Amino acid sequence: MIDTQQMQSLAARMTEAEVKGRSPWADARRRFRRNKAAMISLVVLILVALFAIFGNSIAAWSNEEMDFEVMGNAATMGMPSFANGHYFGTDDLGRDLFSRTVQGTQVSLMVGLIGAGIAVIVGTLYGATAGYVGGRTDAIMMRTVDILLAIPYMFVLILLLVIFGRSMSMLFLGIGLISWLEMSRIVRGQTLSLKNREFIEAARATGVPGWKIIIRHIVPNLLGVVAVYATLLVPLMILSESFISFLGLGVQEPLTSWGALISEGAGTMNYGTLWQLIFPLFFFCITLFAFFFVGDGLRDALDPKDR
Amino acid sequence: MTTKPLISARDLRVTFELPSGGMPWTPPRLLHAVGGVDFDLMPGETLGIVGESGSGKSTLARALIGLVPATGQAKWQDGTNLIGLSPRKMLKYRSEIQMVFQDPLASLNPRMTVGQIIAEPLTTHHKGLSRDEVKRRVKDMMDRVGLLPNQINRYPHEFSGGQCQRIGIARALIVQPKLVICDEPVSALDVSIQAQVINLLAELQRDLGLALIFIAHDLSVVKHISDRVLVMYLGRVMELAEAESLYAEPQHPYTQALLSAVPIPDPQLERNKRMIPLRGELPSPMNPPSGCVFRTRCPRAQELCASHKPELLGEGHRTACHFPGALLPEEVARSA
Amino acid sequence: MSLLQIRDLNVRFATTDGEVSAVNGINLDVARGETLGIVGESGSGKSQLAFSIMGLLARNGRATGSVRFDGAEILNAPAPLLNKIRAERIAMVFQDPMTSLNPYMRVSDQMAEVLMLHKGMGKTQAVAESARMLDAVKIPDAKGRIRLYPHEFSGGMRQRVMIAMALLCRPDLLIADEPTTALDVTVQAQIMELMADLQREFGMAMILITHDLGVVAGSCERVMVMYGGRIMERAPVDPIFADPAHPYTQGLLAAIPRVDQKGDQLSAIPGSPPNMTHPPAGCPFAPRCAYVMPVCGQAMPPLDAFAPGRERACYASLDVVRKGHAPQPDLPEPAAADLDEMQESAHDH
Repeated sequence: MIDTQQMQSLAARMTEAEVKGRSPWADARRRFRRNKAAMISLVVLILVALFAIFGNSIAAWSNEEMDFEVMGNAATMGMPSFANGHYFGTDDLGRDLFSRTVQGTQVSLMVGLIGAGIAVIVGTLYGATAGYVGGRTDAIMMRTVDILLAIPYMFVLILLLVIFGRSMSMLFLGIGLISWLEMSRIVRGQTLSLKNREFIEAARATGVPGWKIIIRHIVPNLLGVVAVYATLLVPLMILSESFISFLGLGVQEPLTSWGALISEGAGTMNYGTLWQLIFPLFFFCITLFAFFFVGDGLRDALDPKDR
Repeated sequence: MTTKPLISARDLRVTFELPSGGMPWTPPRLLHAVGGVDFDLMPGETLGIVGESGSGKSTLARALIGLVPATGQAKWQDGTNLIGLSPRKMLKYRSEIQMVFQDPLASLNPRMTVGQIIAEPLTTHHKGLSRDEVKRRVKDMMDRVGLLPNQINRYPHEFSGGQCQRIGIARALIVQPKLVICDEPVSALDVSIQAQVINLLAELQRDLGLALIFIAHDLSVVKHISDRVLVMYLGRVMELAEAESLYAEPQHPYTQALLSAVPIPDPQLERNKRMIPLRGELPSPMNPPSGCVFRTRCPRAQELCASHKPELLGEGHRTACHFPGALLPEEVARSA
Repeated sequence: MSLLQIRDLNVRFATTDGEVSAVNGINLDVARGETLGIVGESGSGKSQLAFSIMGLLARNGRATGSVRFDGAEILNAPAPLLNKIRAERIAMVFQDPMTSLNPYMRVSDQMAEVLMLHKGMGKTQAVAESARMLDAVKIPDAKGRIRLYPHEFSGGMRQRVMIAMALLCRPDLLIADEPTTALDVTVQAQIMELMADLQREFGMAMILITHDLGVVAGSCERVMVMYGGRIMERAPVDPIFADPAHPYTQGLLAAIPRVDQKGDQLSAIPGSPPNMTHPPAGCPFAPRCAYVMPVCGQAMPPLDAFAPGRERACYASLDVVRKGHAPQPDLPEPAAADLDEMQESAHDH
């Protein structure tokens, strides 16, 4: 005998509208939104990004054009002014500093994001694999990282740039090579503590293959830590690039970056062209600050227990 | 019973190698977590495994599903020894044997929805199923374990402990296993919720004809659900008997001590209860006592116990003790 | 006058998800030398009640009301006074002994430090006294073992060390918060026996906080059952078990698996514990209660005395609740007779 009423109520339960869940990410987003410093910093970062993307379309001068009226006496003629279209003034060669800063922002942000991107992808997978597999594999993989970390990377980077010539791709390669090492260590440590959690055991017990456990169970649970570290890594990458460019080994003219612009500006500040230093330095500083604040905010949002 | 046992363990051992702390070539120290366990489990039967911390009960469970390396024999119904099977060959049996874990929340991936969690064994073992079919089965199962199917997109942290354990049970049952190993499934839950989960497991077992291995650290919890109970101490089986017989006439001194230690929610009985205290402390599993492992704390220990390891003897009610039987009041008094 | 007198105690926590009310309007008196059991499930507020007495609430917690200890107000008292009282007159034993022992200090130093600070003893004398206390909690070879570090003790022994430390200054009140939950049953039995012995020996009052009604049965004189931050029932230990007067106490008793009784089916309390961020308006147990009435959802029932020393907070009439509590089939006859007798005495009032 079939209990029709029961069957109907079952059918009703089955077709009831599905309730939407509140994912841990949504919770974190809510907490992040409440953090004023982080939200302001996020707005600043968005403005800087917009400046990098659309800055060229509001610039009156292109970054390669030289203003021959100004060239040679930048200190008296090249100061910031709306009248001649040099909003941020010009450099000693009469190039428009506004469009130069736009270009520098593009390059620096790209270096930072690509460096951090490599770190996230390579570091996470490398660290998660080492941590999850464990044993001898882990030992070999992590000792390799130790050895690479022991090499003074700035020295190697400078050497690379000197031997193979200065180029954008060489710079990315160099920064990418070192950026993931620290990340892989952090990720491995986190993986080790995750590995013994029961939900990983449950997945293993039911026969989920190892790579799938890493992708489905371990990596999503690492993303919090990775996201925090990545936002803190971007400014570090920008700093490295700036340092190298400051030494004159970074990006090559006519390309430029914040580091290169600051270097130029610092070199001429004694001749009364302070704006050449101030503008790139301003962008450099607010971006770094904003990234650090956003990173802090993310950490608080993703790991509320730590307060 | 003429049916073949579902799983039949003989001399099952788990030995962990601990780093010796010396040079790489110094031999590792050995920790015998499980030291030779024998039991049979019939299809549809519930076996309760009881032991205190360090008894190796959880390690035994993990050895059966190949989460820790073991030696000896655990023969499945079809004659295959599950111990030492290659991962590829073991895969087939992983849908037959499922596990429910102790910590309800920690056993669920916090970043996955309930639907994804419950579906995981299904998508691992039945790759050809359509998305809708998987969803339908997950919802069916959620309804079966007393969860609202419309909660399928929620995340574990939105549920209470008892509900999380229901999710864990649904995950275990979705592939229609023959054996479910429950590792202390209720010890992290409140009393009122414990009863819900125990009743649910008993009901599901009856309806689906499951065999259950139910692990617990005290004898009260397994009483209501087990057909037979196995008592472990320091990696060895002390006593294995029908539940009724074990609770009514415990033979092994350790079982008697364990039983007397369970608090009874009745002040009058509790005041007049005869407690059997255990001397000393649990010996280190690195260096277990010779002969009977329980002898260092046993009120009845004699020289024979130190020199000869007792075998698990008896028909039906099996005891690993040279001198089984109810402890006398003067023996208890001497022990205290 | 009672040793501890709590009036209208409320504990609130400010969390990111809103305010959580952990303890709501608790009144409680503990007499000298008495043993009170506080029973409740997770989220019942039993631990927060203890923490607020000790002034140990987490930073986002706020307690209001009044807690008087031996006549002096100690709720939100200044830190120096609290420290003095905590060290010398009220002691606390926690579930996990490792949280309150310093892992990098020898047990002897930790124990002697307490005595030197609060009793002004010299080092040698303090260590000797500490060893005597370890001996009192039945740690074998106390003189030798006092030189060890906390991790060198087993779980049960560590709990004994904790108890010895709590008793060093001979407190008037010992609060034990789930002292045996992390321990094995055989060890639990030993620790409970030890605590009962020590209480008699030292003549102190004890508040035993636990989720396990079985533990309470063997060691307490009075029992207070909490749910959702409120008192559901309070009575001497015998009637609580023989004649539970509140639906929650009844349900809890019926849900306990017992080694001394037969029966296949445990009776469970349906539903889940309340979410204390959004507690139910009236009685917190109402959503799970079998005797629920419309009024239960509107206001919390008052805690009324209905027999000497017995109080309950429930709108359902006592007779209805008692009837619902079907006598257990295998209970011997005398128990039922006891029940009648108690009912009679209840009617007398």
